[in-house]
Amino acid sequence: MYLNIVFLPLFSGLTAGFFGRKIGPYGAGILTTSCIAMTCVMSLIAFYEVGLQGSPCYIDLMSWIDSELFTISWGFLFDSLTAVMLVVVTFISTLVHLYSTEYMSHDPHLPRFMCYLSLFTFFMLILVTADNFIQMFVGWEGVGLCSYLLINFWFTRIQANKAAIKAMLVNRIGDFGLALGIFTVYYVFNSVNYVTVFSLVPSFVDSTIVFFNTEIHCLTLIGVLLFVGAVGKSAQLGLHTWLPDAMEGPTPVSALIHAATMVTAGVFLLGRCSPIFEYAPNALVVVTVVGAMTCFFAASVGLVQNDLKRVIAYSTCSQLGYMVFACGLSNYSVGVFHLANHAFFKALLFLGAGSVIHAVSDEQDMRKMGGLKKLLPFTYGMMLIGSLSLMGMPFLTGFYSKDVILEVAYAKYSLPGHFAYWLGSMGAFFTAFYSIRLLYLTFLSECNAYRPVFLNVHDAPIRMGLPLAILAVPSIFIGYLTRDMIIGFGTNFWGNALFVYPDNLNLIDSEFIPIHMKLLPVCLSVLGGLSSYFFYRYKMKELYRVKISLLGRSLYKFLNRKWFFDKVYNEFINQPLLGFGYHTSYKAIDRGLIEMLGPFGLSNLVFNCSLLMKKLQSGTTYHYILILLLSTTLFVTGFFFMDSLAGVDLRLFVVFVLSVFVFSH
Amino acid sequence: MTLFNSLVLNTSLFVLGLFGILVNRKNVLIILMAIELMLLAINMNFITFSAYLDDLVGQLFALFILTVAAAESATGLAILVSYYRVRGSISLEHGQILRG
Repeated sequence: MYLNIVFLPLFSGLTAGFFGRKIGPYGAGILTTSCIAMTCVMSLIAFYEVGLQGSPCYIDLMSWIDSELFTISWGFLFDSLTAVMLVVVTFISTLVHLYSTEYMSHDPHLPRFMCYLSLFTFFMLILVTADNFIQMFVGWEGVGLCSYLLINFWFTRIQANKAAIKAMLVNRIGDFGLALGIFTVYYVFNSVNYVTVFSLVPSFVDSTIVFFNTEIHCLTLIGVLLFVGAVGKSAQLGLHTWLPDAMEGPTPVSALIHAATMVTAGVFLLGRCSPIFEYAPNALVVVTVVGAMTCFFAASVGLVQNDLKRVIAYSTCSQLGYMVFACGLSNYSVGVFHLANHAFFKALLFLGAGSVIHAVSDEQDMRKMGGLKKLLPFTYGMMLIGSLSLMGMPFLTGFYSKDVILEVAYAKYSLPGHFAYWLGSMGAFFTAFYSIRLLYLTFLSECNAYRPVFLNVHDAPIRMGLPLAILAVPSIFIGYLTRDMIIGFGTNFWGNALFVYPDNLNLIDSEFIPIHMKLLPVCLSVLGGLSSYFFYRYKMKELYRVKISLLGRSLYKFLNRKWFFDKVYNEFINQPLLGFGYHTSYKAIDRGLIEMLGPFGLSNLVFNCSLLMKKLQSGTTYHYILILLLSTTLFVTGFFFMDSLAGVDLRLFVVFVLSVFVFSH
Repeated sequence: MTLFNSLVLNTSLFVLGLFGILVNRKNVLIILMAIELMLLAINMNFITFSAYLDDLVGQLFALFILTVAAAESATGLAILVSYYRVRGSISLEHGQILRG
């Protein structure tokens, strides 16, 4: 059963991919969806066995690489962390599969789409179930590959292609860091198996390693390098630019990749490598600070985005920041808790957005929507649930994890902790603001759509509505239901899956922080939501006036253009690099220096020399005779000097002759 | 007449012949005559050394060379004649068609 969890999606994916023509779009939909549904059921059983009954499962399937010290096998490790991820991934994936069969039903390439979705799920499952770093890397690269394939699913669109390439390349930067991290792990521990590495970590607390000619604490180095991988995959500040662009793919793809699965891989990695991070406090500080900055940055950018999906994408980015800094503050269980909760309501939001987009003839700009509440009551209700949950309204799912994250941040009583707390609280305010803004502009405001579009609006069909309805349930309840199990007081759910150094443990402290600090995030959220509603309901004109004022416009531009990250990257990194690639490394070195010293220059030299030699044969007799005379003289003279040349290496003579040719022109 | 004097004479004759070839650019006849001159200089050299070393082989060689020179000039002149028949001139300047 445990292997089926991993390999059923592979089977269905390959079948839909290779035999899509035979089984048709309908068959592909049924096959992949049912396979994933079975996987989901088995994941739930696995969750029951592994998580609730506390019996981790370890499968050593077969040997993969076996070369003396470096032995890797295809192994699968199912512990609580994996079980949580399994349930999240397969559950969301099932619903997305079901949703896609309707959403993409008019697409001629449905089997291919279902194939990619299933393959994506498969690689994600490989990622979370791996028992060693290399196999995890297989999944890591696999989801990157599938995200590439899915983002440019509509490969005829240039924007989709560009976005997919960007996603692939930006991810690859992170992957490079991760690969370096794995190399370092192997260099230090001589093993890449989780079991071996994590049990050896405490013996390497004081050891150092030489990296780039500097001596670094080796666990810190490993932690930072692994985190670079997480930064790429989880779209943290610095490598976040791919995530919003990845909205070019179909909406179910966004729901699957950018809400529930791919981006959570980074957080999963942090949780999985918790034993390493726990002994590398400096790496934890880096994680915290980057996470907190991402959280604030993305939330502030989300405020003024006009694209429905981009708002949600930035919200994902921001929520990932929360998870990452929760992990950075050693509260991995809280981070994973938020990951699971977030997956449900973010998938709900994305699928809801897909339903809206589907309804208004593929229009994504919120400014051209509005007034859809009456026409799409069901979608509105679902989006409302998702948004409220995302805002962390009390007693909804998001509340249970987000507030705990902020509480543990404050309870750290350290500089990074407070930094994260305040940025996170501001982020919570922004989150509520843009969530309500999204709802207002889409559903509540005056209608701004074209009349034909408005006349054709229809609510979600059953295969799209059902996943929304199913997702709404965990979006409301799952936080409350699993709170005690996952982050409850003294819970033994995690077993050995997550490790927290006792000195870093502060989940209990967070219960005893000042009450106003506990209330502040909730109040800010409510305030953000209310102010957003107030401004957009009653002060639209004033908002517009602020927007076109000098200061307001520059601020708006700053936020709307994503803090100019893309511009800066393009102008200061990409273009110089491309310029270097063309002018320096291609034109100057490849086609210049190397060509001149190598093939082109040598052949030219021989050619010129032979031209020179050719001129000797002028066809005039007296020239020939002169040359004859001169060379005879030289030859005869040579005999006189033969004795004195006896000690000289004759090869020198060859060199001399050659150099005469080389320097002759 | 000492050895030195006759050697100087021989060498001068040889060099004279050589320069006759080198400096002359047009006339094939002069080249042939210069070649004859060089061969004669060599012959004289042989004879000089034969007398000086009191060895007969040098004179033997001189006789041979006379024969060879005669044959060579006969062939050369024959070539020249046929060349003239084809070209209508014996100037070397027009012969620069075989270039490298």
